[in-house]
Amino acid sequence: MYGFLWRHLLGNNWLRTAQCVVLLVGVVALLLLVIFPAVEPLLPFNNVTVKK
Amino acid sequence: MSKASQIVGELLVTFGIIVFLFIFYELKVTDWIAAGTQHRLSQTLENQWQQPAAIPTTRPGKAAPKAVADPPLSVVDHQGFAILRIPRFGAGFSRVVVEGVNEGDLQEGPGHYPGTALPGVIGNMVISGHRTTYGHPFNQLDELQNGDTITLQVRSKTYTYRVIRKQVVDPSDVAVILPVPGEAGVKPTTRLLTLTTCNPKYSASTRLIVTAQMTTAPTGGAS
Repeated sequence: MYGFLWRHLLGNNWLRTAQCVVLLVGVVALLLLVIFPAVEPLLPFNNVTVKK
Repeated sequence: MSKASQIVGELLVTFGIIVFLFIFYELKVTDWIAAGTQHRLSQTLENQWQQPAAIPTTRPGKAAPKAVADPPLSVVDHQGFAILRIPRFGAGFSRVVVEGVNEGDLQEGPGHYPGTALPGVIGNMVISGHRTTYGHPFNQLDELQNGDTITLQVRSKTYTYRVIRKQVVDPSDVAVILPVPGEAGVKPTTRLLTLTTCNPKYSASTRLIVTAQMTTAPTGGAS
């Protein structure tokens, strides 16, 4: 999977590393800003109120 | 090693890293978010409190209201209105209480159940807060002991409550937030403050409830 990605990036090894860093930052940002806040309500330990 | 097992292995390692990142998000990033939010809320509240309190407007033809030295507290949904301090949690522990207990409100700070009493009013004021995430304001709620002080500041007034009871209840036990806890339909005569959070830590199988009673008249000048 990662090997496939590496082979399909363009340029020399430095450019490929730079592209990997950009992709990684993008994925982490997507997780922290969109996906984690969305799945968070499914967790039990944020339920602090009493209700019927 | 076959191609397929390599892909499965890479996916599993990736998933593991994502899980760790999620734990980091819940336990650290949400704290940073909440710290920023609390800072903003306390600045807003401070600015509000520097302005004179809104005096109820009069309609033409009606007598002007008496000068209100102590205007009734009004709250606006999703906005901060009081500062909660609990010395047992540390001398510097102070959080802005927001109106409302939905997901977004509680991410900002301890939330006041709409419809329950306001500071210093006869009845039961109920505040819920996170135990482990979003600044975990009520992380140490289990450490409170009978007689411990909890204060609420609204403008220049400070309302002091003392802890009288600590209990663990079922998540559906709404009787604890009644004006007279446990007794439906009874007219309250005391000023109570109830704090709720999830229990045990990192779980939500029960709720930890701390009840405090206002003992003395509020201190501080007329607002």
